[in-house]
Amino acid sequence: MTALTAPRSAEVTSADRTAVRRGSVSRPLLYAALVLCALLTMLPFLWVISGSLRGLDEIRADPGAWLPLHVTLDNFVRLFRTEGFARFLTNSVVVAALVVAGNVVAASAAGYALAKLDFAGRRIAFAAVMAAMMVPSTTVFVTQFVITVDLGLADTLTGIALPGMALPLSVFIMRQYALSVPDELLEAARIDGAGEFRIFFRIFLPLAGPAVATITIMSFLVSWNNFIWPLIVAQSTSSYTLPVGLAATSQAAAHVTDYGLMLAGAIVVMLPVLVLFLFLQRYFVQGIAGTGMR
Amino acid sequence: MTTTLPGVSRGARRSPGSRRSVVAWLFLAPFALLFLLFTAIPTVAALGFSLTDLRGTDLRHPLAVDFTGLENYLRLFQDDTFVRDILNTSVFVAFGVPLTMGIGFALALALNSGIRRLGGLFRSVFFAPVVTNIVAVALIWQYAFNANGTVNKVLGGVGLAGPNWLDDQHLAMPVVILLGVWRNFGTAMVLFLAGLQAIPQDVYEAAALDGAGRWRQLRHITLPLLMPTTLLVSVLLSVFYLQVFDEPYLLTDGGPLGSTESVALYTYHQFGAGQFGLSSAASFVTLALVTLVSLVQFRLLRPRA
Repeated sequence: MTALTAPRSAEVTSADRTAVRRGSVSRPLLYAALVLCALLTMLPFLWVISGSLRGLDEIRADPGAWLPLHVTLDNFVRLFRTEGFARFLTNSVVVAALVVAGNVVAASAAGYALAKLDFAGRRIAFAAVMAAMMVPSTTVFVTQFVITVDLGLADTLTGIALPGMALPLSVFIMRQYALSVPDELLEAARIDGAGEFRIFFRIFLPLAGPAVATITIMSFLVSWNNFIWPLIVAQSTSSYTLPVGLAATSQAAAHVTDYGLMLAGAIVVMLPVLVLFLFLQRYFVQGIAGTGMR
Repeated sequence: MTTTLPGVSRGARRSPGSRRSVVAWLFLAPFALLFLLFTAIPTVAALGFSLTDLRGTDLRHPLAVDFTGLENYLRLFQDDTFVRDILNTSVFVAFGVPLTMGIGFALALALNSGIRRLGGLFRSVFFAPVVTNIVAVALIWQYAFNANGTVNKVLGGVGLAGPNWLDDQHLAMPVVILLGVWRNFGTAMVLFLAGLQAIPQDVYEAAALDGAGRWRQLRHITLPLLMPTTLLVSVLLSVFYLQVFDEPYLLTDGGPLGSTESVALYTYHQFGAGQFGLSSAASFVTLALVTLVSLVQFRLLRPRA
């Protein structure tokens, strides 16, 4: 970096100042390096797209080729005809819907209470939320599994969804948002004789749109990409989610290696998230940065 | 306004106060219930399980389970497999954390030094791996690092014969770590970016007036002021890599010859074998490691007041 710095005279002009701020000297190199890094980052995505568009014979003939000789959607057609695939897809959608609904309901209520209601045990409740974010999933999965079995929910979609239906992070996000809603607004309604539930539904929730959106996106993402828990709870193929189904198929097919089918499956798993991300990347990035800084 | 004086509201207005508490707990109930059921009770129960010889087959006959004290923990540390897995996990942390942080920090610096055009695009590209499904990516990775895969095709292009990466005892781990780094550097980058943007610009301007070059600004301003972020990122990543499961499970299932088996994978394999007590003990070793690493790092990196 030193080599790229322009020699600086003792007298600093305003042009120099902007140069300091922008680092204009190294800019072409900077862009070149960034483009290179971006290409390297994108490589796996490019591989999967190009691989999924190649026919089975072509893949067998030359598995490592970069580009398809003949572009074909054959892999996707075969994928949707594969036994169980539609089921895995439906299961993933149902589980994600349950998880999102649970998070929106449980976290908005809990976040509101933690930020806006004065009650015995509030500090303990908040400490519990923070502590819950720290517990490693590997520490609890055995006992979570035993509890799920005891509840009679092993191998059901409800059992897969339940532990993720109230993420501590959702509660935290909702609480931070609720703190920014002015107390006067709620007090005024209280003086007018409105009950707490009425205040929550009529005043707070309509204002909480951005927080609800954040929670929706985040919990969808967590659910859709979740792997280890569904892997443990889903015991028969009829309750596999898409990632578990895909992993199982690829392991069962380890010797057959139908890469075309697998890469098409990979695209179907990635696509909803990538499309969502494309439209909402600003919120994702801000969400991560925001929770990290507080 | 009545809520602002806790002393008054607790004594004189006891009944409205406790009624309010009931209402508040009603709001908290759905979360509290799930928290108790799937976090609090499982954590305590895991500790309990780890002190017994509970097996998967015992679930219907809880009375048959014996309390064995610390026996599971003794077994773990006499088990060469477990000791090897702790070493594997340490290797993952030792290489994964600095690589992920280094790449994330370098990209954050680059994006923060006046990249106006395309800045948002670059940020999205670098963050995309974070939101991508790990199963899907692992399949691509297997495809690429296969003996006839794309990586070896590239190596062949420059006249090198590539190995079968994931079947090689010494090469599998680097590939598994690479996947972890690829998947996580975006998070590090975003956190570093947020940290960099929180540093006031006039500090740099003052330093430039005093004749400090870029390198000295980085060393004497950016790095010290970024210490809280660095601490946060290193703890987050260490805790994450200490629990690493998805990458080794999907790429190699711990193989070849256990060379990529992590502690989390050991926990899972013992669970799969019905050894619930032993598995819980292993999971508590993970919890202990996570706590230990966090504490040490907070000690080392805490900004001096």
